[in-house]
Amino acid sequence: MHRHLDRKLSLILPAVLVALVAASCGGSSTPAPASSAPSPSAAAAPSTAPSPSAAAPASSEPSPSAAATTLKVAIVAPSAVNDLAFTQSMVEAVNKLKGKFNLEIAVSDNQFVVATAANVIQTYATQGFNLIIAHGSQYGSTIQQLAPKFPNVSFAWGTAGSTFDLPNVFAYQVNSNEGGYVQGAMAAMLSKSKVLGVIGPIAVGDAKLYVDGFCAGAKSVASSISCIPVYTGSFSDVSLMAAAATTFVANKADVLSGTAQAVVGAIGIAKTNNLPWFGTQWTQVSLAPSNVVSSQVYDWSPIVDEILTDIKGGKLGGTTFTATLGNDGAVIQFNAGFNLPAEVKAKADSLIKGITDGSVSVPK
Amino acid sequence: MNQFFTLDVLTVTVASGIALATPFLLAALGETIGQRSGVINLGVDGIMLLAAFATYYTALRTENLLLAILAGAATGTLMGVVTALVSVTLKAEQGISGIGVYLFGLGFSALLFQKLVGTPLPIATLPPVGIPFLEGIPVIGGMFFRQSLLVYLAFLLVPVVTFVLNRTTYGLKIRAVGENPAAADSLGVSVERIRWSTLIIGSTFSGLAGASLLMYGGIFQVNLTQAEGFIAVALVYFGAWRPVGVMAGALLYGLVGVVILTWKSLGIIPLNASDLAATAPAVITVLALLFLARRFRQPAALGRPYEREG
Repeated sequence: MHRHLDRKLSLILPAVLVALVAASCGGSSTPAPASSAPSPSAAAAPSTAPSPSAAAPASSEPSPSAAATTLKVAIVAPSAVNDLAFTQSMVEAVNKLKGKFNLEIAVSDNQFVVATAANVIQTYATQGFNLIIAHGSQYGSTIQQLAPKFPNVSFAWGTAGSTFDLPNVFAYQVNSNEGGYVQGAMAAMLSKSKVLGVIGPIAVGDAKLYVDGFCAGAKSVASSISCIPVYTGSFSDVSLMAAAATTFVANKADVLSGTAQAVVGAIGIAKTNNLPWFGTQWTQVSLAPSNVVSSQVYDWSPIVDEILTDIKGGKLGGTTFTATLGNDGAVIQFNAGFNLPAEVKAKADSLIKGITDGSVSVPK
Repeated sequence: MNQFFTLDVLTVTVASGIALATPFLLAALGETIGQRSGVINLGVDGIMLLAAFATYYTALRTENLLLAILAGAATGTLMGVVTALVSVTLKAEQGISGIGVYLFGLGFSALLFQKLVGTPLPIATLPPVGIPFLEGIPVIGGMFFRQSLLVYLAFLLVPVVTFVLNRTTYGLKIRAVGENPAAADSLGVSVERIRWSTLIIGSTFSGLAGASLLMYGGIFQVNLTQAEGFIAVALVYFGAWRPVGVMAGALLYGLVGVVILTWKSLGIIPLNASDLAATAPAVITVLALLFLARRFRQPAALGRPYEREG
């Protein structure tokens, strides 16, 4: 009897365990949080998050009321809402517009599995959301497949430059090379060894643009400077980023920079070795208050503002937006806690002005 | 390539490789003990994640690194109890229950991180400790004898585990239970008790592995391990269930990873081959596994729950 009971339990317990944990995996669907990170950010969003658990068939699509006073916006993103990088930049941008557009916001973060994300996006589409932001270039094919099934729902995806010629798809991208160029020039001026360390995840998208811009900016100041990027091959491997930073330090690099949510590992190495760090995507001052010189912060709010205005006007897609230093879609935030020499700050200001007015051309 | 063969670069490369190999070594040593007793634990990665979070959270709240590491180890111990209960006492299929533990660790550590921490903050990491006299040896001193305490602990555990497995009565019982549990049982060895103990010890090692991984970067992130626990399980096969072999595998994996990064940073590996090169540690380990593992036999009762006849 006892053995029989054991046998039953042995079958049931693992199944229950798997079921329980599966429910807690694969990201969370939450109301957009109020960030404790510094600006740019605005209102907290105590919103009503739907539970994207069961996808309804496309035919059951409700008609979202674009003209209604409340706009429902969903964000689906690959990393955590508090990643101090890519995902947080979008969540903060939408939060910033909450009051202006009377937004009801839902966020599903950690959707690194595209197939799961597709299910979540479809569920949001069936639940009457006006705008679904698929924040990651990996979601492109999902949007391309789903958007025609939900013609009354507006989709936005990025960073990318294609709307697939679909009338209900917006695309957005960022000229991250511009901020990279400015920060690379500053890094070259701060470096004594004339060896810079810049770390990326995979040589694609805004990460590659930033890294290329960073080295171009550095070489514009000191043509012989060493600026060889290292791509770790992973967006999320913290220890590999830390190891890459360590190898740079060993190779005499005295200023570091990097992009992707895993840079937290590299920032730790910069902090340990008391080296200047340049961030991108979001402000990283909280991670190393004495080491972060500046961060290129993506402020998607002007773009999301335009998208929401279009939706309210009945236009559901068809436009590609680009965030730049010129349109405040990307902003260089200086860290007051870092003692930046006046001539370096002046150079940065001059480059920002030049890029904005077109007198400085940044290679892509 | 000449830049690579300078003393400074070689020293830091080897030292970093050893540090990077440490979590693999700890987790794989723990898994070796369990597998020698016939239990395969695929939940290592989940245990490492939970332990890494426990270490991080304790360090964040108390700023006491020793306490934080103990919290990580204790989390491993606790998960060892859970794993033993499911795999040994309830005789569940070990592969499935291990995956369950992994998924639990992955999801629950992410949940705790989101609810208890929110915006991530870095913690202090374990400083390198120089071993008197030895750290002064040219080249070798910088490579091997200026590491953190967890690195020393991991490598000290290799001879300890070897000794315990091969030279003690307890080790003999572990091997007997892993090879022929029925025979061991007939001689009065409690198969259940031995397997419980190996799983608890092994999971505690996994907890230390999570703590050492956390201490390397100084910050927690969702899915911090990036499947390192599964690589550790593979390294047990690579090392043919022998602690020294497991250490060789962990060092190979860590060193190749760091050499690749160093070559990238020196421009030796061109940018267009960067992503391909990133796969090198895994490819080399798998190739070595193919050539080496077939020469050794796994514990005969590995993966089989034991039920006394009659």
